[in-house]
Amino acid sequence: MSPLALTAFTATSALGRGLAATLDSLRTQRSGLAPCSFETVTLDTCVGAVAELDAVRLPPELSEYDCRNNRLAWLALAQDDFGESVARCAARYAPQRIGVFLGTSTSGILETEIAYRQRDPGSGALPAGFRYRGAHNTFSLAAFTQRALALAGPAAVISCACSSSAKVFASAQRAIAAGLIDAAVVGGVDSLCLTTLYGFHSLQLVARTPCRPFDAARDGISIGEAAAFALLERADANLDADDVLLLGTGESSDAWHMSTPPPDGRGARAAMLQALAAAALEPGDIDYINFHGTGTASNDAAEATAVAAVLGRDVPGSSTKGATGHALGAAGALEAVICALALRAQLMPGGINTSAVDPQLPISYLRENRTAALARVMSNSFGFGGSNCCLILARAG
Amino acid sequence: MDTLQACIASVGILGPGLPDWPTAARVLAGAAPWEAAPVLLPQPVALPSAERRRTGAAVRLTLAVGLEATASAAIDPSLLPAVFSSSGGDGQNCHEICEALASADRQLSPTRFHNSVHNAPAGYWGIATGATAATNSLCAHDASFGAGLLEALCQVRVERRPVLFIAYDTSYPQPMRSVRPIPAEFGVALLLAPPGSAGALAHIALGWSSAPADCMDAAPLEQLRSSIPAARGLPLLARLARGAAGPVRIEYLDGARIALEVSHAAGS
Repeated sequence: MSPLALTAFTATSALGRGLAATLDSLRTQRSGLAPCSFETVTLDTCVGAVAELDAVRLPPELSEYDCRNNRLAWLALAQDDFGESVARCAARYAPQRIGVFLGTSTSGILETEIAYRQRDPGSGALPAGFRYRGAHNTFSLAAFTQRALALAGPAAVISCACSSSAKVFASAQRAIAAGLIDAAVVGGVDSLCLTTLYGFHSLQLVARTPCRPFDAARDGISIGEAAAFALLERADANLDADDVLLLGTGESSDAWHMSTPPPDGRGARAAMLQALAAAALEPGDIDYINFHGTGTASNDAAEATAVAAVLGRDVPGSSTKGATGHALGAAGALEAVICALALRAQLMPGGINTSAVDPQLPISYLRENRTAALARVMSNSFGFGGSNCCLILARAG
Repeated sequence: MDTLQACIASVGILGPGLPDWPTAARVLAGAAPWEAAPVLLPQPVALPSAERRRTGAAVRLTLAVGLEATASAAIDPSLLPAVFSSSGGDGQNCHEICEALASADRQLSPTRFHNSVHNAPAGYWGIATGATAATNSLCAHDASFGAGLLEALCQVRVERRPVLFIAYDTSYPQPMRSVRPIPAEFGVALLLAPPGSAGALAHIALGWSSAPADCMDAAPLEQLRSSIPAARGLPLLARLARGAAGPVRIEYLDGARIALEVSHAAGS
């Protein structure tokens, strides 16, 4: 594929608002995970919540989209001059020539969960004012973002569980290559809700203490919330050395089980090989890998096996979910932005919370930050339904 | 950049009074009347029995239309990438989860939870067919048919290989039905292939329009088109059924319509 430039990007998560706060948290190895006090949840677990999200308000003209998820999107869009960069891009092409492709798994379902507690005792009806299109519907995030950024091109939400907002990079890349659009806003937003907290609990996949990816004693995920966005354009000749490129994407399906990967991680392996082929790279060209690394026993084992099969066991890598929690449908974009930051800062972020790396896993897991020459990095995202996606990002110079 | 184009190699369909493509094609061509009939979702026999019991309407619907399209084109479904698009996924499953979370104990069934992901039909499709190529699962509210079609057309162009496109919707029970009144299950599968593929039903080329979307002549079919997002593509299917070349405008986002130019497939 032809490389695309990430001409703007931003992220807001439990690590903070915007790139500077995110990078500072990574440099100091600060975790955003804390005991869960979200809404009425009574589970003994930790979450990566975005600070003061409850205080964020949408502007009146966008109030039909009000929900926790779109407030998080609004908060993130206001960081790092992202909106200004998109406006410049829209002036250069046209609002109709810029696509919006965003990932989310649960959109504004928290509003629906709360509305179900407020049903009319007689009729069972939802409370007046319940907004299906603006809050509940999965597309609400992309509709809201498109309006917030005054764009008018093709738009879609891609909802493939925890691979969603990695896959948006691949869809946007195809749409640009096919000539459907000239540029795309991609990203992902997922916010805390009861469905995922109680749902992962029902599968016994939620850790009590902050998650410990690839630890010998890992015992599940910590759920986080995040919003991350990037503006993708064709890479032109005027790139700075610090600019970040999307070099390759790979996608595959496990065709195995709804919530567990095959032990050999063959779907993950296929996605990584495809991304390398798309980027015209060899396995030895990858300097750092940001693992999907959720912290469950089976996911981490399958991913380690797949990574070792493709890259060998010596490429340094880490999961940043010990710091951010698992942002589910936003994880792919969040970790792509973390990779872009890593390339800019020449910093491999160590994976925190992990105290003893599982000796059974054939990988070189970084627990401490390492400063090193980073040219090309890989980011994995895998989701329920056996949906796998791998992205390769690189410095322009 | 030149126009996005593809061939439509085959169709699968399941909706009220439209039980399969041969029947639906006669109805859509005006050769037979549309008759109200409930949507009978076939047992998902392609799935292992343990998985079969866990499936809801969305999975059964998408397997039915997807397998009809691949069987009719005599294509092995395990070799195809697939694009799924739905306005709301599995409405019944979503309702059951919200109801459980509003109850005192908040106990969710693990199966209900993993079936709640929007890409559950794509996951079961892989398990049923063995397809390990990429799938995608999109949502664009009322524009979901158009959004899925655009994604599939881009894949055909860039990957230069056939792609199975499945648009589907299921109905919600109350109280969600009052706020999102989708009246019935409806699914359609289009097997898209690069232009010039042998044996195709038709060729389509993508354009845009701000003129109103095409409607169906028959009132009950127009009722389906306008009330079920996945059925927004019925005017395209009607043109395929009649074998008639010409333009079709399909509802998309806000003021934009997808304007397809349908022609007889070269090489067919």
